[in-house]
Amino acid sequence: MSYPSHYKYTDQHEWVSVEGDIATVGITHHAQDALGDIVHVELPAVGKTIAKGKSACEVESVKAVSDVYAPISGTVTEVNGALDGNESVINSDPHGGGWLFKLRLSNPGELAGLLDATAYTAIA
Amino acid sequence: MRRTPFHEFHKEAGARLIDFGGWEMPVQYAGILEEHAACRERVGLFDVSHMGEVWFRGPQAMDAVSHLVTNDVKKLAFGQAMYTAMCNERGGIVDDLIVYNVAPEEVLICVNAANRAKDYSWMISHNPLGVDIVNESDFWAQLAIQGRHAEALLQTLTAVPLDQIKNYWFALGTVAGIEGCIIARTGYTGEDGFEIFLPAGAADILWPAVHAAGKPFGLANIGLGARDTLRLEMKYCLYGNDINDDTTPLEGGLAWVTKLEKGDFIGRGPVLAQKAAGVPKRLVGLVVEGRIARPHSPILQNGVVVGEVTSGTRSPSLGLNLAIGYVPAGSAAVGTAFEIDIRGTMAPAKVAKTPFYTRPY
Repeated sequence: MSYPSHYKYTDQHEWVSVEGDIATVGITHHAQDALGDIVHVELPAVGKTIAKGKSACEVESVKAVSDVYAPISGTVTEVNGALDGNESVINSDPHGGGWLFKLRLSNPGELAGLLDATAYTAIA
Repeated sequence: MRRTPFHEFHKEAGARLIDFGGWEMPVQYAGILEEHAACRERVGLFDVSHMGEVWFRGPQAMDAVSHLVTNDVKKLAFGQAMYTAMCNERGGIVDDLIVYNVAPEEVLICVNAANRAKDYSWMISHNPLGVDIVNESDFWAQLAIQGRHAEALLQTLTAVPLDQIKNYWFALGTVAGIEGCIIARTGYTGEDGFEIFLPAGAADILWPAVHAAGKPFGLANIGLGARDTLRLEMKYCLYGNDINDDTTPLEGGLAWVTKLEKGDFIGRGPVLAQKAAGVPKRLVGLVVEGRIARPHSPILQNGVVVGEVTSGTRSPSLGLNLAIGYVPAGSAAVGTAFEIDIRGTMAPAKVAKTPFYTRPY
């Protein structure tokens, strides 16, 4: 699995894809592989404001629950409702159909602190 | 970390290995959901060599065992096995185990991996009859073959007529050319199946033989992850999670293997006293709405914490969120409603009939 070069990454294994002032967030291939079969997701409420580094949602595998942290600060504009009952998409397509939520960036300057694909591949 | 004699086969099969009570064990191969389905729909192979084997030998071997355990093991015929609890003097559960009546003056006890040393030490220090007790755990390997095709698969590897072995009975015999195996119709999955004890040195022979024989049946390797979801769907206890040294068999749902009229055994007094005074809490099966409860999630009734979840998962077979936990004995009836505090969010839960899963054949 390769990591898309136009995404940004965190060392907590989240990815971010930015278009305009909207950032789409998901977990990386490495994260889904470590978790195993994902069976439940608790998505954030639309309209919720989340600070960078704070828990934004929970992803649960059969064995364990794992927090997903906001890679950047913002307000939730949309969540991936298609995951409901189809959580395995996070395993099969973590960087695409397995996206979790979208944020309207409140501090775009934070993007500069994220990892690029090369740097992330080195730690994944 | 300790390894089983099948370790190299797990690595070859691409297993993800974890530390399980000091043992480096496969938690999954292809993935927990796929493995769970393979066992429920076809047949699965489990390395359970980390389990312990303690032998009692001598004319009073079964008397010595009966003194230690709660079930009426003296009723066992040769070739018959029995699930039981072993209690401490307070009536708490030292371990849950299976007793095999192998031959006159020869009894095998299979104990949980994490309890091997504790159980052996408990047994030899509570042996007033002075029978010969030997911990042979390092000399035995153990494979479980579980699922609807288990008998057909295993029959291709042995001349022992498997259809003659009833549930919780066993036979001694040769499997894949390996002499001195114990073939028991037991398991921890809710499926039909067998657990095979074999000399550890023959592990290299049995693993490839079972895989070759299993191909036409769609045999899959199963790790500890799916072993846990399979047993949870049956509400089989996991020692250390659901029962421990401080829970009694009456609390832990093991009254059915606690025969208070069989004569004296260690822990009988306190268990009898608890029965007379009233059991304060009971281990029940719960179906949880919306979220997955995990061990130690608090269980609430009318806003008050009254118990705790001991095991929980999403059931792959049923699609429900299942949990096992302790609730007040007066509120243990099927249908009783609770709330479970799952990381700060309250999820409704109801006591369910168990086993949660019933096999369709």
